[in-house]
Amino acid sequence: MLRRLHPEQPDSFAFTPENQAWAEAQIAKFPEGRQASAIIPLMWRAHEQEGWLTRPAIEGIADMLDMAYMRALEVASFYFQFQLQPTGSIANIQICGTTSCMICGAEDLIGVCREKIADAPHTLSADGKFSWEEVECQGACANAPMAMIGKDYYEDLTAERLREIIDELAAGGVPVPGPQNGRFASEPKSGLTSLKEFDSGHRKYNASVQLATDLGETVKRIDGTEVPLLAPWREHGANHQPDPSKVVVRDAPLDIVTETDRIDPAKAAQGDAATSKAKPRQDNTKGPAGEPGPKDPKSVAKTSGATAKAPQMEEDPSGTPDGDSRPAKTAANGAPVARGAAGKTPLPGTADKSAGKPDEGAAGPGAKPATLKAARAGGPDDLKMIKGVGPKLESLLNDMGFYHFDQIAAWSPDEVAWVDQNIIGFKGRVTRDDWVRQAGVLASGGETEFAKRVKKGDVYE
Amino acid sequence: MLKDQDRIFTNLYGMHDRTLKGAQARGHWDGTAKILQNGRDWIIDQMKASGLRGRGGAGFPTGLKWSFMPKESDGRPSYLVVNADESEPGTCKDREIMRHDPHTLIEGCLIASYAMQAQACYIYIRGEYIREREALQAAIDECYAAGLIGRNACKSGYDFDLYLTHGAGAYICGEETALLESLEGKKGMPRMKPPFPAGAGLYGCPTTVNNVESIAVVPTILRRGPDWFSSFGRPNNAGTKLFAISGHVNNPCVVEEAMSIGFEELIEKHCGGIRGGWDNLKAVIPGGSSVPLIRGENMREAIMDFDYLRDQRSGLGTAAVIVMDQSTDIIKAIWRLSKFYKHESCGQCTPCREGTGWMMRVMDRLVRGDAEVDEIDMLLDVTKQVEGHTICALGDAAAWPIQGLIRNFRDEIEDRIKHKRGTTARPVAAE
Repeated sequence: MLRRLHPEQPDSFAFTPENQAWAEAQIAKFPEGRQASAIIPLMWRAHEQEGWLTRPAIEGIADMLDMAYMRALEVASFYFQFQLQPTGSIANIQICGTTSCMICGAEDLIGVCREKIADAPHTLSADGKFSWEEVECQGACANAPMAMIGKDYYEDLTAERLREIIDELAAGGVPVPGPQNGRFASEPKSGLTSLKEFDSGHRKYNASVQLATDLGETVKRIDGTEVPLLAPWREHGANHQPDPSKVVVRDAPLDIVTETDRIDPAKAAQGDAATSKAKPRQDNTKGPAGEPGPKDPKSVAKTSGATAKAPQMEEDPSGTPDGDSRPAKTAANGAPVARGAAGKTPLPGTADKSAGKPDEGAAGPGAKPATLKAARAGGPDDLKMIKGVGPKLESLLNDMGFYHFDQIAAWSPDEVAWVDQNIIGFKGRVTRDDWVRQAGVLASGGETEFAKRVKKGDVYE
Repeated sequence: MLKDQDRIFTNLYGMHDRTLKGAQARGHWDGTAKILQNGRDWIIDQMKASGLRGRGGAGFPTGLKWSFMPKESDGRPSYLVVNADESEPGTCKDREIMRHDPHTLIEGCLIASYAMQAQACYIYIRGEYIREREALQAAIDECYAAGLIGRNACKSGYDFDLYLTHGAGAYICGEETALLESLEGKKGMPRMKPPFPAGAGLYGCPTTVNNVESIAVVPTILRRGPDWFSSFGRPNNAGTKLFAISGHVNNPCVVEEAMSIGFEELIEKHCGGIRGGWDNLKAVIPGGSSVPLIRGENMREAIMDFDYLRDQRSGLGTAAVIVMDQSTDIIKAIWRLSKFYKHESCGQCTPCREGTGWMMRVMDRLVRGDAEVDEIDMLLDVTKQVEGHTICALGDAAAWPIQGLIRNFRDEIEDRIKHKRGTTARPVAAE
């Protein structure tokens, strides 16, 4: 489509003071010397202020951003959202005509526009109040067909409803945007099929409609006074000069899975954050021994996929979960702490067999394999030759009391299950990467493909 | 079916509290600093282990993409750019994240930027999503005010700036290098690759461009563990996914489901079935306009994931499912896509600029039946000449729907041509 500047142009353009302040805040989003990046937001604001994009506006913005006029004109003509000719004084009605909307009735909507506004797109209606055009996919396909009017989407439309909307706009009203068939947002119109537990049902409008009704500027010319100017990136941001990262990175990663609790959905629905912590864990402890999957739907945290993870509980050294969330908490916290410290000296309970006993108690799946307090004479094997074991896992394994291929090769399926469970942060790795078989080969003096690459120095430096 | 407690987007429909407080009640922004303190390598390793593949259409493994960013800065800053220019016809999933569950995205931006040592993150949202932009900006403002982003984000010691900016109605800006051009204040014309954005992207600095959904799932994956995430879907197709179903189903909707869900189950559970029943199903475009359609009878058994649909010579794309029943003029439906691509071609490469217009005009005549039968093969031939001969994939995307149409509905195109012949130019039999 040929896009040219309109032959009749106003003499001048200036942002309103509020819009000017807003524009300066937008420019601050980009680094020094890169202010041209702000051109689309600024042009759009000029468009909102005037109803279309005029030549003085294009040139004025180019001056603000220290750009050649031609570069600004290229942007104006490239992006289809910019109207380069005057539009209806009330609204330019944009009907999405792409496939999803087309097969749901967009052609009828276009018919309504032809009938009520003008036969050709981009043409003013007789009273000058409206113009219309067919636009490409607007990204509301599950609510097809739809029209964009001013700042808002009118979704799930019918031809009759669009007629009413145009009449209402012509009379000075602003119909409530959003789905026009009683839907809330993009959920199935027959009712929720998911997230039922999270349905609190006490909002009147979805986010878009809420904003539209709160601000009431759907088809208004925007002068910047509609909302207070907020630009927190200027007060709270690093303003393109961040300090070097001061994040203290742990030696051994914390097991986030055990650290985090998801929330009781019933409470969440009420927006009540604080009280529900640790609750799911408490429910877990009540689970029958050896059967980790929580039954209670409230224990959001570790359902499904939980078989591998939930038994965190059962590491509780006390071995007697009593339903109180306190011991559970210590158990979960205890494990990572032990690991954090384990970088230097193996702690009892991680490397020592006797102290490890309680770990096997109650419900721990599998059995703890035999461990060593230190590597045998001749030093530890290079466990990194096992594919799937990196430097971190190697030191972790050493801390747990595993130094040699033959130790790993000798693990029984039960013992594999135990290690899979207790190798924090890397659960399930033993099985997934088949350590036992690899270790068997390496222990008997053989070599795996991966081990060859490690030896050559291809893998670790 | 996916359980509610395993859904990542718990406020997808915006039915309850959309503020920061509400998001925190649902478990977001919980222990974010702890995640950062586990270090960059840990985050990237976890993302790799989760098996997350990019949700923007191409399905490239997200963790791997992050690992391409330079480990040591050469003096240039790095950037994360979030592609929120959702404009692939049929796709309307990111919109729901941004207006109803924006904190999943913002927290994801912080974590991902930290993992890539990015100096700042830009979210580039499409221009038409005006209310979505306002809702997302309000959420960003809340996070700045609460100290979750900005200087010393989450009190972790990491300075992180997040900026929201927007486009103005150009589909091509969803292509990552075109998006970067647009973000620099130019026309959205794709750049040649290499250099790839990880080497020279925004302002010539190392940049990673990720889809909204890919970033928004990150915090939950890290919090619940890669094993949890990869427990959904078939191997190599891990996780949960937002599906957007539009067209001729009884209840079109956006819904989060497990990857590799059966098409029939997806439609029956959430969309109330096909309009007029399964026998009335004509064709399905399973992944947004750029992927070839599949005939209805082959779709009933289909599994909705990357690998299965690729084997059917289609693709999961953005998981935007367009369903068409027997009342649909299938040739016209694809013609409309050709019109879309012609409209959206940026005009930089000749095969695409000229080819999309040429293909649309031939399709125009096929809709009317006003063509020769051997023009179908000529059209097919032209699609092959456009495909793969352009800087970006828009040429391919314009070619594939037509190829899919000819592959699956050639008989219908031929019938229409013959029917037209039959009525207008009936040969007179010699007496």
